[in-house]
Amino acid sequence: MNIVSVLLVFIVAFLAGVEGILDEFEFHQPLVACTLIGLVTGNAVPCIILGGTLQLMALGWANIGAAVSPDAALASVASAIILVKGGQGEAGVASAIAVAIPLAVAGLFLTMVIRTVSVAVVHQMDAAAEKANFGAIEIWQYIAICLQGLRIAIPALALCFVSDTLVANALNSMPAWLTEGMSIGGGMVVAVGYALVINMMATAETWPFFAIGFALAAVSDLTLIALGTIAVSMALIYLKLSESGGVVAAGGQGGTGDPLGDILDDYE
Amino acid sequence: MADKKVQLSKADRWSVCLRSTFLQGSWNYERMQNGGWCYAMIPAIKRLYTTKEEQSAALKRHLEFFNTQPYVAAPILGVTLALEEDRANGAPVEDAAIQGVKVGMMGPLAGVGDPVFWFTARPILAALGASFALTGSILGPIIFFVFWNILRMAFLWYTQEFGYNVGTAITKNLSGGLLGKITKGASILGMFVLGALVERWVSINFVKVVSSVTAELEPGHFIDWANLPAGSEGIHQALSQYAGGVSLEQTVTAVTTLQDNLNSLIPGLMPLLLTLLCMRLLKKNISPIMIILALFVIGIVLHLPFIGLL
Repeated sequence: MNIVSVLLVFIVAFLAGVEGILDEFEFHQPLVACTLIGLVTGNAVPCIILGGTLQLMALGWANIGAAVSPDAALASVASAIILVKGGQGEAGVASAIAVAIPLAVAGLFLTMVIRTVSVAVVHQMDAAAEKANFGAIEIWQYIAICLQGLRIAIPALALCFVSDTLVANALNSMPAWLTEGMSIGGGMVVAVGYALVINMMATAETWPFFAIGFALAAVSDLTLIALGTIAVSMALIYLKLSESGGVVAAGGQGGTGDPLGDILDDYE
Repeated sequence: MADKKVQLSKADRWSVCLRSTFLQGSWNYERMQNGGWCYAMIPAIKRLYTTKEEQSAALKRHLEFFNTQPYVAAPILGVTLALEEDRANGAPVEDAAIQGVKVGMMGPLAGVGDPVFWFTARPILAALGASFALTGSILGPIIFFVFWNILRMAFLWYTQEFGYNVGTAITKNLSGGLLGKITKGASILGMFVLGALVERWVSINFVKVVSSVTAELEPGHFIDWANLPAGSEGIHQALSQYAGGVSLEQTVTAVTTLQDNLNSLIPGLMPLLLTLLCMRLLKKNISPIMIILALFVIGIVLHLPFIGLL
């Protein structure tokens, strides 16, 4: 990698680190972070594929309350750099993902450290508030943000300077049973993300929709967009029906000018 | 109140909205989003209060504990701006009232914001983007990034304005119908899509061979290589026979894997069971990281040549 690429990688990694805490622009999502690393190093296509694959695994990774999810930022930035340095192109995606998961755990640990250090930062803000010093509060806010950025940028920079052959050798020394097994595991790990999401959303009322989605997905002719259209339509129909059902119940009688509601009411 | 002394201009409110992007920047284990919240409020505090004492009191007021989903902080900011404006104009708005509104709203709104954004909007958009990205198309990341940020910025600005306009009445408004409907519709949509994703994208393929039947085919059902005409004529005949469904070899082996049997039962049954198992484990407070690592170990072990189940 030349010096310009390294500099750009540093910037991308910094942005990913910042977003890992802010959760606003979503630079830290694998889809975006891996693609950007790919673009600045001239390896767009394999990195986009890596991003897409990692993204599917990371769908349910979210920071809820004080809990911190596995760190998508370090996982995607570092695995993309390793993919680029390994020089295997698309063939290297599986082994790059194998590296990404332990890194997601390492990144989780790093952000917890910074979140603890930030306690000291807000105490500095308290002192500045005492003197109504607006500028100082702003500066401390920026310092805290930069710490989160450097959390990813520094490891990324270090990875850039480890020799290419070292990275390539380490990857090539991985036996097939391990990388193949890891990619089989990767196919299953997606379920954890979905399980997290379902646990948050599932109610007795919404389970039937899960079942319909599951059954329809087996029809391989339906694209994701078609499935989405069906889902939106059903949600609208359901809301409309439950609303009119509510009106009938509240009125205590039929004749609401909603024939379907009346029919449904008669069946009860 | 038409004769307010000081009022927040649209530019002030826009500035607060932009700064709320950094809400989580100094997220800490003590008071969580307090630093970012105070940072976002600075343009308003500067506009509304002129004396050092008032400014200092306002800054301290907004360095109290705060934590919610970062996007739904926008309507809370809106309400708080309205309250601070009233207070600066002499209305008897106590510190406790402002704190009460913030704390009272952050919990319920996070309950809406987390599932709607983190577990519905982002997974759906990201899955859409990823499906393009898997084919190496840059359209995937672009779709995700552009749509997400349009959605987010629009939400931040309009809900903050909504909060500002409705002011203290917002809490009543949230318990009304519209928000409930949006939440319910979003969770129906989300569950449907999740059902589809579990079927399509959780992959477990049992390659273990359960039966392997070898059969000798009758003449005419396989290409009789020995008796083909020579040259291109022969190639033509072989290809047209093959296209007509004639077998290449006399002996064929029909291999049935465990997966074939499972697919004839219910396609996607194993992914579904795995997902249900994960939900159960998560409910028992087993950390997602542990489950993820365990699944990798299972994948590697079951793939080992002498087991060969997966």
